[in-house]
Parts: sequence; C-alpha cells; structure tokens
Amino acid sequence: MVRLYYIIRKEFIQIRRNKAMLPIMTILPIVQLILLSYAADNEVKNVNLDILDQDRSVYSKQLIEKIRISDRFNIIEISSSMHQADKLMQDGEVDIILAIPPQFEVDFHKNKAGDLQLLVNAINGQQATVGASYLSAIIQSFNQEIRADAAPSLAMTGSMPEPMPRISTEYAYWYNPDLNYKYFMVPGILGELVTILVMLLTAMNIVREREIGTIEQINVTPIKKWQFILGKMIPFLILGMVLMVIGLTLGKLIFDVPMRGNLAIVFAYCFVNLTAVLGLGLFISNLSDTQQQAMFTTFFFVIIFILMSGLFTPIESMPEWAQYFTIPNPIAHFVSVMRAVLLKGSGFADVAYHFQVTAILAVVFNTLAIWSYSKVS
Amino acid sequence: MVNNAIEINNISKSYGDVTAVTGVNLNIAKGELFGLIGPDGGGKTTLFQILTSLLIPDTGHAIVEGLDTVKDFRKLRKIIGYMPGRFSLYPDLSVHENLEFFATIFNTTIEKNYHLIEDIYVQLEPFKSRRADKLSGGMKQKLALCCALIHQPVVLFLDEPTTGVDAVSREEFWVMLKRLKQKGITILVSTPYMDEASQCERIALIQDGRILQVNTPTAVTSGFDKTLFAVRSDDSYKLLLDLRTLPFAKRTEPFGEYMHVTTEPDVTAEYIAQILNSRGHKSIEVKPTSATVEDVFLDLM
Repeated sequence: MVRLYYIIRKEFIQIRRNKAMLPIMTILPIVQLILLSYAADNEVKNVNLDILDQDRSVYSKQLIEKIRISDRFNIIEISSSMHQADKLMQDGEVDIILAIPPQFEVDFHKNKAGDLQLLVNAINGQQATVGASYLSAIIQSFNQEIRADAAPSLAMTGSMPEPMPRISTEYAYWYNPDLNYKYFMVPGILGELVTILVMLLTAMNIVREREIGTIEQINVTPIKKWQFILGKMIPFLILGMVLMVIGLTLGKLIFDVPMRGNLAIVFAYCFVNLTAVLGLGLFISNLSDTQQQAMFTTFFFVIIFILMSGLFTPIESMPEWAQYFTIPNPIAHFVSVMRAVLLKGSGFADVAYHFQVTAILAVVFNTLAIWSYSKVS
Repeated sequence: MVNNAIEINNISKSYGDVTAVTGVNLNIAKGELFGLIGPDGGGKTTLFQILTSLLIPDTGHAIVEGLDTVKDFRKLRKIIGYMPGRFSLYPDLSVHENLEFFATIFNTTIEKNYHLIEDIYVQLEPFKSRRADKLSGGMKQKLALCCALIHQPVVLFLDEPTTGVDAVSREEFWVMLKRLKQKGITILVSTPYMDEASQCERIALIQDGRILQVNTPTAVTSGFDKTLFAVRSDDSYKLLLDLRTLPFAKRTEPFGEYMHVTTEPDVTAEYIAQILNSRGHKSIEVKPTSATVEDVFLDLM
C-alpha cells in the first residue's frame, strides 16, 4: 500500500513539475467549455434572403413586411428578375430565394390559392433547411391571416360563407422549454472534454516512461503489475473528477445550466466512465513506442468518438449500422447520461443501461491494458 | 557450485535475423568484480537484460544467486540492483525524490541502507533538491548507482556505467565499485573502454555475441604470445601506412602517440628502425612493449 501511495505521489509530483501539463489540464478545458458552448449553437439566425417580388401587390408587400419583422432573416435584396436573384445565390450572397409570382394576389382572390416558390441553397445544409422551415412557418401564418381577412369579402360576393378551418400546431419543448442550446450543449461538451483529456494524458503516460527509459528501471523492481497500472490510473481519475467539479460549477455560474437530477449519479457515472477511458488510454500507451504514436492513435479514437457521440448530431438520425458503433463509445454514453440527469432529472434506473455498458467497457479496456503491459515487461 | 553468484549456461538470443548473443557460458564467483569488455553492439546489454529478467533467452538458462532468471524472476528482482546503460531515472524528480521513490518501491527507506550509499551520496547531497536531468553526467551516474544500491542488492549489474563520463569521474567510479566489492556485493560491470579492464578482478572479452576469452586482466595480457613493438616517428599517418606495407608486420594499430606493431617472432627493434629510416622517417623510436587488453582483443577478433 505504501508502494502504491508513493507511485501515485510520484505521478502528482511529475504532473505538478511539468510546466506544460498543468495549464493543459486546467485552463484549456475551461476555455474549450466556454468557447464551444457559445459556438456550438444550432440556432439559425441571419439567414440571407432574396425576395423576387414579381407581383408588387399589397399581399406581397405584407408578406415581405412579415418576414422583415422576424429577426432570423436578412433581406439582402428585393430582386425584380430571376436572373438577378440567381446571380446572388451563385455568388453565395443569399441562402434562400423566395419567389412571389406575378398575379399572386389576383390568383389568390380568384382561386383562393397562390403559389410561392422557395429556392434553397443546400450547400450550407443547416442554415438552408432550418431557414426554409422558419420561412415556411411565416408563410403559413401569413396564409391564415389573409384567408381570415378575405373571408368576409368573399362572403359579401355571395359565395357560401364557409367557416375557415384554422388548425394550428403548438409546440412544447419539454426539459428545455426555451430551446436554449447552451443547456443542451454544456453538459455534453463537459462530458466529452473530461473524457478526451483523461484519455490523452493516460495514453501519453506509460509510453513516456518507455521513451525516457525509466520503464526499464521500474521493470527490474518488485513493483507488481497492478500496482503500476493503478498508480497510473488513480492520479488521472482524481484529475478527471476534479475537472468535472470545476466544469459543472462553471456550467452553473456562466450558463445557468439546470441540474434537475441527482449530481451523485453524474459523479458515479463519471467515475465508471473514466475508469473505462483510462483503461483504453493505458492500452494505447502500452502498444505505442513513442508519444507521437500514442497521440495519433488517441486522435483516431477521439475523433470517431466525438463525431459519433450524439453531441452534435443525434444518434437516432444516424444509419442503423452507425448506431451500433456508438455502443462501445464512452463519450456517447457520457453525453447521454449528462443530458438525461441534468436536463431531464433522470434517476439511476433511467440511466442504468449506460452504467452497465460502460462498466463492461471498463472491464474490457482494463483487461486489455493489463494484458498488454505484461507483454512488454 | 554454491560459490557462483552468476551461472550462464549456453545462452542465445536473437532479434529476428539479428543474433545478439550466441552460446554464452560464464560463471561469476560470489563477491567478484567482473568486467564484460567489448565494443558497442557486442551483446553486452542483451546479456544484462537476460540476467536481470528483462529478456527471456531463446536457449539456455541463467542462474543468479540460485534463482532462475525466467522462473524465479520475482524473487530475483528483489535481490539485484541494475543500472541500465541509458540514464533511466525520472528526469523531472529531484535527486532525493528519485532515491526515496526507489527505496519505497523496494519496501525500504533511505535511512535503513544509508551505510551502503553514504560514500557516494555525500557528493550528491549538495544537489539534493536539483532535478535529475539538471545533473552533470558523472553526478547522474552516481545517483543511478545510489538508486540501484538502495535496497541492498546481493548482485549489482552495471551496464556501461562509465560511458559518457569524464576521466576523473570514471576513476572515482571504479574506486566506489571496489569499496562496494569489499562490502561483499558481486558486481558485473560492462564497458567498451579496454583500459578499464585492469580495474576488474576477472574479465570476459565479448564480441559479436560470443565470449572470446575469460581470465584475469594480467593473465589475458600475459597470454599474448606474439612480438609487439611500440613505434613512433614525426609523421604518424605516413608511419601507419608504411608499417602496414611491411611483410613481417602482421598488424599495426594506432595506440595513443605510438603505433602498436605485431610482428614475426624474430624481428628486432633495430631492424624496424632501419627500414623506417630508409623510408624517410625522422626521430624514430622503436621499443618492445607488453600487450594491453586492447592488443589482445584486436588479435582475437
């Protein structure tokens, strides 16, 4: 036990003495958390719009006014020809062209219908699709207004006074009623950051001992395999947990992220998750000969883990085969648990699945780590 | 049998196509200061790694203090001290922290075994809190020796401890080793410097993974039965070239300011001087000389 304590103490002395390591472990994740949470905002604002108004009627002016009021659109140009509008899209100046055909108002009165055309630049996918749906919503509501306005006048002309069907859908966003993207992103990003940092630091650790040759000296001592591995794991586990505390505190202070669930579940899960990630990091470290190799191998995993974690794109919208790949992805589970517990207030039973899978991952990764260490000694 | 601290029986080890050691047999007595002498790449480090249980030999086996290096490696690691050829302590820990760390790993304390390292550690004491990577080469070696000694090993393995260390520190290092030997520790030390061979009680000459000869340094040099001259003139390079053209000179090697020439038995110093004179050399000096370990080594190669 004394031996293990000294190995851990030695690790902490080394961390403290490494001038680059301390800022990397404390300041960088905090900067990332703040930066990413502000930047990774899925809300679409400032969609650039060109309106090709070929009608120039009262209705078309009303519609344009209605769009102008919305703060999501920048009306770049009211074009008069398709050619001009086309060129703006070609140049990337506008994301969407709304074409109002000639005779729009007349057709509406005559046929009780009018056709509008939306031309969407799909290069910038998010901006285009979300922007288009916002625009459709505005047009829908405009549609209902003019129908309501038109109804009395139609009645006066002697037509059947049909009651206008007014069906409206109201959305209620549960667990995040204001659709505040920061609430959504901060817990996920925090889970992701803690995982990556711990994985990278562990992956670089044993291989560093190999690079500077200290592993040879260690291997001729009576240190047992489990003591050595545990001596490496515990310091980084502690660091990860501390980072989690700092991250949650900042999330509360800066972003006022709701914490509806039991924080003990978050920390318990963090513990299990870090154990798994540490095992993977040590495994990579044991297989590498240089820190460079270890770093690139870790990057390979980290990038896949992040992109397939459900942090930015929902797992449910991935193809089925890809969804299976998220099962052994510790970040995916971390993101899910963080969001479920913090935003939804999920209890242990609700996230038990993630606990189980991560625990299995922890056993597998750590077995690999111990097995691969015995190969080198 | 019991008197042998180390017994190496027919050990071979190769890495892929490269053979590191072949059929090595060697016995080292308890309390002996034994030198493994040979050039870089001769297989010294591989042999050390096998003896310290870091490598498993392809064939043969080695016994250190009655313990098999493969089967009893756990017990073995408690009683041996190993100083790898490359500096292998934590560069970012201080002198004292390194020593304390290695003491704790062996379940002991610096105080308990201070008597063993005292002579060496007093020199390190002023730099106690300096980081290990900020030490000079000689100081690093002293620290590494302290760390290898702190658990009171019975057998000490030192792989090229004097490589990259200045001449004065090297001399000091050998004095320390002799003191340790007096405390009853068996020491196996390797070095590429032939002039250090005479510091050992017995030496083994190793080359290309084979042991060429095992004996005391004096027996090794006195066993050299060929005629050897030390030759000097004002133009060393021309001298070397000229000597190498002489039909009776079997081998000429530069050796400090002299050339060592191994010749046929009946050649005399005067005869060599005469020939060199005729080739235009000035201030010629030719004298018979006794062989050094290096001469023997080069002759055996």
